[in-house]
Amino acid sequence: MANTTLSGEIALPTPQVMIKPKKKRLTVRRVLLYVMLLSLTAIWLLPFFSALLTSLRTQSEISLNGFWNPDLTSLTFQNFIDAWQQARIPNYLGNSFIVTIPSLIATLFLSSMAAFALARYRFKLAIPLYFMFVGGTMLPFQILLLPVFKLANDLGLYNTYWALIIIHTAFQMGFCTMVLRNYMKTIPNEIIEASRVDGCSDFRIYWQIVMPLTLPALAALATLEFTWIFNDYLWALILVQSEALKPITAGLAGLRGQFTTNWPLITAGSLIGVLPTLFVFAFLQRYFIQGLTLGSNK
Amino acid sequence: MAATTGERKRVTTARRKIQWAPYLFLLVPLALYAMWIIFPTFFSFYLSLTNWDGIAPIPGLDHLSFNNYARLFGLGGQTADRDFVVSFGNNIKWMLVFLTVPTTMGLGLAMIFNTDIRGARWFKISFYAPLILSFVVIGTIWMWIYEPRAGILNSVIVGVSQTLSQIFPFITPLERGPGWLADRNLALWAILGAAVWRQVGYVMILYLAGLKNLDPSLIEAARVDGANGFQMFRKVIFPLLGPITTVVLVISVIDSLRSFDLVQVMTPLGGASNVLANFMYIEAFNNYQFGYGATIAVTLLSLSLIIIIPYLYRTAKTELEY
Repeated sequence: MANTTLSGEIALPTPQVMIKPKKKRLTVRRVLLYVMLLSLTAIWLLPFFSALLTSLRTQSEISLNGFWNPDLTSLTFQNFIDAWQQARIPNYLGNSFIVTIPSLIATLFLSSMAAFALARYRFKLAIPLYFMFVGGTMLPFQILLLPVFKLANDLGLYNTYWALIIIHTAFQMGFCTMVLRNYMKTIPNEIIEASRVDGCSDFRIYWQIVMPLTLPALAALATLEFTWIFNDYLWALILVQSEALKPITAGLAGLRGQFTTNWPLITAGSLIGVLPTLFVFAFLQRYFIQGLTLGSNK
Repeated sequence: MAATTGERKRVTTARRKIQWAPYLFLLVPLALYAMWIIFPTFFSFYLSLTNWDGIAPIPGLDHLSFNNYARLFGLGGQTADRDFVVSFGNNIKWMLVFLTVPTTMGLGLAMIFNTDIRGARWFKISFYAPLILSFVVIGTIWMWIYEPRAGILNSVIVGVSQTLSQIFPFITPLERGPGWLADRNLALWAILGAAVWRQVGYVMILYLAGLKNLDPSLIEAARVDGANGFQMFRKVIFPLLGPITTVVLVISVIDSLRSFDLVQVMTPLGGASNVLANFMYIEAFNNYQFGYGATIAVTLLSLSLIIIIPYLYRTAKTELEY
């Protein structure tokens, strides 16, 4: 309070007088703000509402009554059953998991090793290599598209799960290495020095000391990367051709060609396809949000 | 294995010359990265100098030329590729929208939700929920919204125009709304609607994290000095958020240059709504002009280097300080 005399001299109101008019003004503004916020949120939720309602109706009923006058007595789950049975949704979903889970594990394992090397050792290449990874995260992936397509073909990986697993692992490694390296930098040196004195090998320091301490960052990254890899469309489009191998994104994109005007079936399929990431989001929301902000807190 | 060799080195040579451990840790990650990220990046440059069709063997060193670049930019008496001009323009429009709309909205929402407003948690979830959806799902949902006859948007537009025409007789009711995605002049903006819907939540999350990390004593000091709401924001909070704003702007530019999925899903026939990535995809995979496609990719990379290099430079400066 001592160094606020300048502003205090001008008004010097008692705290109560100052708060009272402010509070009154705020309530009017608050109501207005609240109404605006509610309308904006309603607009934001409209696409979800539109998809949900549509998935429970039939195309003919929508054409007959229009979008806003649904015949609530004729709502049906049939579209979900049809999408599941006719549109290969279980097959596509399975493929997504087969690609996503190994990619996720490989990415986190390899990038944590790279991050450990870059964060905990002093060697000439540490900084240049770190910047190579940082730069790689900002690369437009279009620059990789054609050579990776060629490489996958030459190695006989085209149209296999392996092509997708490898490119996801390699591409996501840059971001994960960057985040984990910065996180591992914050681990106090004493802990590592102490275990080194105790005769811990380098690999044990990495695996038994540093990794457990990095768990919060790993959890956040895992949640985020799961969503990113699961939702990839571009690489699936480029590297996989046969229906039997397509992940859910490529599968859903193909549904529209197959069921052109059957919007209820298409939206029902899309909603089923969203379930895995929705599940992750519902239970690991905190980590998801943390993951999104990890890269920016430098 | 790896660890023991590193260990022995240190024991035998008390003054270690080369540390092997970091390189052993980096061996596999770097090999994978070099093969699938670094090599392809440089190989795109090589391909951009060839007329490779994607099937025949890649042309050798004695067949390189700048013909693709001449054709793309219209050098040496040619006119620039019209599709390139359109796609490039669309990337620029995308970037301008991303730099203004989601950024302002995201910051505004973050400022609101940073107060003790009732139900902030649920509001926040509504805004960042789109982030968990794939672009394919977002595109599909929005295509249905934009559906010319039964879609939610045109139903509202037609409905409102009919209600208005009953109140004001001089308004003629609309029979049908615009064909959003089929209309050459509207398609890109319609797609951008879906893109912004997703991006706002992302920016909001970044700013919310930034606001949480602000030093409360600085805000308190400004309040004591008599800063009111807007002054406080303009003179204190926004400058303090500087680093986050940089990140947001960099992400906005990079995301707009990377855009591909939504355009591919919502307007599969492309044309007027194509961005560079879609133009490149069509040239390579539909027209078998891989060399030309690579030229487009290199152009795209050069554009993003305008952002990447200053950003890396800035990060490098802070990094080398300690």
